[in-house]
Amino acid sequence: MKVLLSTTVNGEQVQEAVLPRTSLADFLREDLGLTGTHLGCEMGACGACLVLMDGVPVHACLVLAVQAEGSTIETIEGLNETGAAADLQAHFHDRNALQCGFCTNGMLMSAQALLEANPVPTRDEIRDALSGNYCRCTGYEAIVDAIDTTARDRAARTEAAK
Amino acid sequence: MKLPSFEYLRARSLAEAWALHSDAGGDAVYLSGGHSVVPSMALRLQAPSRLIDISQIAELHGVELQDQTLRIGAMTRHAEVLANPLIARHAPLLSRAAPHVAHPAIRNRGTIGGNLALADPASEFPAAVLAMRAELEVMGPEGQRMIAADDFFLDLYETALIPGEVLTAIHVPLPPEGRLFGFDEIARRRGDYAMVGVAAQADMSDGVVSDASVTLFSVGVAPTRATAAQDALEGAPLSSDSIARAQAALATDLDPPDDPGFPAERRLQLARVLLGRVLTRMEAVQ
Amino acid sequence: MTLHIGQSQRRENARRHLAGRGRFVSDLALPRMLHAVFVRSPMAKGRLVEIDTSEAEQSPGVVRILTAAELNARCKPWVGTLDHFAGMQSPPMSILAEEEVLWTGQPVAMIIAKSRAEAEDAADLVMVDIEDSEPVTDGAAALQDGAPLANSGARDNLCYEALLETPAVNEAFADAAHVVEASFTFGRHTAVTLEPRAVIADFDPSSGALTVHHGTQTPYQFQDVYARHFGLPEGKVRVIAPDVGGSFGMKLHVYNEEMGAVAASMILERPVRYVADRLESFLSDIHARDHIVKGRMALDAEGKILAMDVDDLAPVGAVSAYPRTSAAEGNQVIRLMGAPYNMPDYRGRLQVAFQNKVQTSQYRAVGHPIACAVTEALVERAAEVTGLDPFEIRARNLIADDAYPHVSATGYQFEKLSHQASLAKLREMMDPDALRADQARLREQGIYRGFGIASFVEITNPGAAFYGVGGARISAQDGAVVRMTPSGDIHCAISVTEQGQGTETIIAQVVADQLGVSPERVSVTTGDTATTPSGGATWACRGAGIGGETALRAGRKLRERILTLAGALLQADPATLRLEDGAVVDVATGEARITLEEIGRVATYRPDTLPDGVDHSLTVAHHFAPSGYPFDFTNGIQGSLVEVDVETGIVRILKHWVVEDCGRIINPLLVDEQIRGGVVQGLGPAFFEECQYDADGQLTNGSLADYLVPMACEMPDIEIAHIETPTEDTILGAKGVGEAGTAAAGAAAMNAVNDALRPFGARLTQTPMTPLRILDALDAARKQRTDP
Ligand SMILES: Cc1cc2nc3c(=O)[nH]c(=O)nc-3n(C[C@H](O)[C@H](O)[C@H](O)COP(=O)(O)OP(=O)(O)OC[C@H]3O[C@@H](n4cnc5c(N)ncnc54)[C@H](O)[C@@H]3O)c2cc1C
Ligand code: FES
Ligand code: FES
Repeated sequence: MKVLLSTTVNGEQVQEAVLPRTSLADFLREDLGLTGTHLGCEMGACGACLVLMDGVPVHACLVLAVQAEGSTIETIEGLNETGAAADLQAHFHDRNALQCGFCTNGMLMSAQALLEANPVPTRDEIRDALSGNYCRCTGYEAIVDAIDTTARDRAARTEAAK
Repeated sequence: MKLPSFEYLRARSLAEAWALHSDAGGDAVYLSGGHSVVPSMALRLQAPSRLIDISQIAELHGVELQDQTLRIGAMTRHAEVLANPLIARHAPLLSRAAPHVAHPAIRNRGTIGGNLALADPASEFPAAVLAMRAELEVMGPEGQRMIAADDFFLDLYETALIPGEVLTAIHVPLPPEGRLFGFDEIARRRGDYAMVGVAAQADMSDGVVSDASVTLFSVGVAPTRATAAQDALEGAPLSSDSIARAQAALATDLDPPDDPGFPAERRLQLARVLLGRVLTRMEAVQ
Repeated sequence: MTLHIGQSQRRENARRHLAGRGRFVSDLALPRMLHAVFVRSPMAKGRLVEIDTSEAEQSPGVVRILTAAELNARCKPWVGTLDHFAGMQSPPMSILAEEEVLWTGQPVAMIIAKSRAEAEDAADLVMVDIEDSEPVTDGAAALQDGAPLANSGARDNLCYEALLETPAVNEAFADAAHVVEASFTFGRHTAVTLEPRAVIADFDPSSGALTVHHGTQTPYQFQDVYARHFGLPEGKVRVIAPDVGGSFGMKLHVYNEEMGAVAASMILERPVRYVADRLESFLSDIHARDHIVKGRMALDAEGKILAMDVDDLAPVGAVSAYPRTSAAEGNQVIRLMGAPYNMPDYRGRLQVAFQNKVQTSQYRAVGHPIACAVTEALVERAAEVTGLDPFEIRARNLIADDAYPHVSATGYQFEKLSHQASLAKLREMMDPDALRADQARLREQGIYRGFGIASFVEITNPGAAFYGVGGARISAQDGAVVRMTPSGDIHCAISVTEQGQGTETIIAQVVADQLGVSPERVSVTTGDTATTPSGGATWACRGAGIGGETALRAGRKLRERILTLAGALLQADPATLRLEDGAVVDVATGEARITLEEIGRVATYRPDTLPDGVDHSLTVAHHFAPSGYPFDFTNGIQGSLVEVDVETGIVRILKHWVVEDCGRIINPLLVDEQIRGGVVQGLGPAFFEECQYDADGQLTNGSLADYLVPMACEMPDIEIAHIETPTEDTILGAKGVGEAGTAAAGAAAMNAVNDALRPFGARLTQTPMTPLRILDALDAARKQRTDP
């Protein structure tokens, strides 16, 4: 039996009937066409499916769509449009911190959340924040570099603004 | 890895939760963070016909300082356990355990109540709760029960909860000034379930241990209190001698599973090494 | 003007991914699309008695349940052998098991439903009755007399065997001052691309055309496979590989499931989608490695290598993979032994065995990590017995940089390599004297660090020698069509493919330089058999070396066209003109005479204004296959620094170094990231990754929670330096870099761990080097010290 779900996705009010068994990831990908949220394991072990739920990263494969009732979801598509992570995306691009791009969504979500909580993390803290994000292609260092550079840039800009 | 079909119902009160549960004739599962229920259903290891979402029930929320205890609501997410200053002050073993529990995004959803109710023998919080001699506040249609942690974890994924009962909170006795505590685990990768883990606390009086509480996880079917190791520490200063005795005593305390990939003897060895390290690096409650 | 070859250009196509606009097969939904799930054998070996689908047929959403009788009939069985592997056998394989199941996870029935979830529901309801029998799991046991057959279609369990031998190898061992030896076990692991295998087959009966959206690295190969095995004209088969979420060799093999999706689409006349979930990936993707190697090395009194003698046993599953075979890895293992060194004599023996597990086959750096780890571990032992340090023993033995061409004892022809220069560079980067001092100081505090190094060669740019000569229809050449658009922009359609390594970017750089434009003006199309010329695509490291050369030559062809046309327009001798900054320039004066845009305009809209007979077609095609050397080699050396917790067996990888010579570097940014990614794919199996099976042939860790992939916290920063020795076989001079990182990372790490454990006399010869194996090694050494 489908259940009526109302939630906010990327700033838009969404009302859809969903089967309770549908994961938030499948709902976003299949019902809303937001395919930037990827699925790599469907059990919380790879981080490809991260979305921001009420501002913090969660695994869309482990959240049922019905559990998102009344919450605010932001996917990579939404994050991209707001421009809130534009500098992070640019540093990923400059540093070639992605190859196949399948993990990139999750990496950006983890990085964005880290930098919000800890604006100038150490490299170890960056690696720790990525501890649930699997990447088969890059070997991680370029991703760590890109986040590191973003953090230092943001800090320098905040400093300059003072 | 898609979940089998089920009915999803949201309970707004404990009474409603119990009713929805009993109504399903035993084929219902409570849903808190869902980070164990959902993957296990995706793996089709379980297929309940009803999931009852208890995440919105008020009694399960909040961390508050009470008379003798710190009350931690069952719905407290792992991330909150990690960051909460009251927990850091009064239940430091939980704050120390939290960074070892999975990864940041899992910690944003997983709840301490769900974690304890699941009672995974490799899980960090049950051992911490046991070491702190906490009490678990449980509510069922028959009323409220307080269950000592020592009586709560019974067997592999088995607790003292009777079907339908909800774990509402954890009560951690407030630690006296100067209590020592230590927590660590050996894991293959950051955030992995431990190969073996230790939680310990000890009160000191006149330079000797007056009350030691030592628990281990990932050493058997449930988190395990190391009573012989505790006895070895009791009444002596925390020294390399007493620590060595506690390490040796683990042979009595533990009966680890013997798996060809991880022989019991090895697990015991790692438990000893880790216990030694944890006891050597105990910190005082601030 | 500035050349773009050699510059760190960013990848234009990365922007899409950063914006969440990737286009993966798993993202695609076609109208009327159905979803496939396979019912799989729960047993490793047995006789299929009955499959009862009656309950499953009634399950909601089920459209059809296909069994072997219906499905297999659609598809000609495939056989994974190659003619140049003399004596090789492998029984034919069909989509679904018919009478016998051969590995846990082999598909036995196919559910087609309206959604993946409903298909999974139905799969749970299919009753499969299998009379199980004793599986053959152990490779050595498989080859013993009287062993039961792993696959009743085979003569015996020996899939393939080979022997390489120089005439004087026995004398070399007899005369040696030192002989070192060891046995090694290399675990089975698997690719774990983050995007699992994905395919949507779409057969249109009205036109007889089959379109397959397939997350593969080799679309042309699959076009050929689908045409031949489903009896379709090649021209009616189109394979489209859009964005692919990782591949690494795993996505170029023929799998039962993809063939099943095509067959089902032909039967149902609707699009059929199959996307493996992670559990299915572990059960059905090819696995890699799994070798037991016995090795010996003979040295003279000065520590010069005289010979090696190795024996490789490689169990590969119940059938050989198609179309590249499962014997190619072992073949490469025995040929790459000792490759960086002056080694006059050699014996290498290979036995490839059948067993009841999923197939192993080519995965990034095929054979290299095994040959490298064995060779380098033996060199390390040789250093010990001769009292030489690891750098010195290699300096004495690596082929001198001026001694090329060189033919190895195993018959490989090296055009020009730079082992000695690489060694010197690594020494500079690592500062071994400082590392030794640190090591000694820390040991006093009970901290055990070690470092190890490993030289390697990497095979690249293969021509037909790899597979073509063995009868496999695997393209040895690549093709490009380059054209100038009416606005003077450039378009290149090329057969090499992109999986994020940056193929499209380097092709744009190469083409841009031939035509005097910036790479931004060059758009590149890849991955669609309908819009690009046929070619090998991505396998065995050919994107830069072969693809780049193809693009270069095609670009030059177009340049000649443009200059001829410009000459006619300007009434100038084309020899006095060149292309620069988007214009035709007078060579003598440097003056711009006419822009490409203007040429495009005239050629397209006003060809009538051109002098009679001037060819105004601004599209050229070029195909290129390597000639000269059968394949290229790159070389390099890696170093690893680790800290071993000798009480817990936990290893921290502190640092990794790589010196690499990939010939001409087209894009340093991309080259370095290929190396880093490759190194981590080498360190993963060295420390973490292993497909664990029990005695019944069940995979016991087949999920991403249980199979340990390398993650960010455990992986080190990797410092990279380059030596650049271009190949003279091509104009471009690029050799390729895809597998170099993976080739030697594990070998260096094993030497590092053993260096850390040296004070205890403990030694690891098995990967992954898990904490328990390290503790076992320490125990064994302790035991040997107490009761020798
Ligand atoms: C990839 C991954 C890695 C993980 N790694 C770790 C780790 O390293 N260490 C670790 O400890 N955990 C780990 N976990 C588990 C995680 O901490 C779980 O979220 C947690 O154990 C369960 O909490 P939950 O709130 O998600 O519970 P749920 O999944 O909602 O529930 C779990 C069980 O408890 C029952 N339940 C839930 N709440 C209550 C209640 N209040 N009263 C009665 N019964 C209740 C449910 O019915 C269910 O049976 C990991 C999980 C994942 C997906
Ligand atoms: S798909 Fe959600 S963590 Fe892997
Ligand atoms: S870029 Fe491919 S998985 Fe990270």
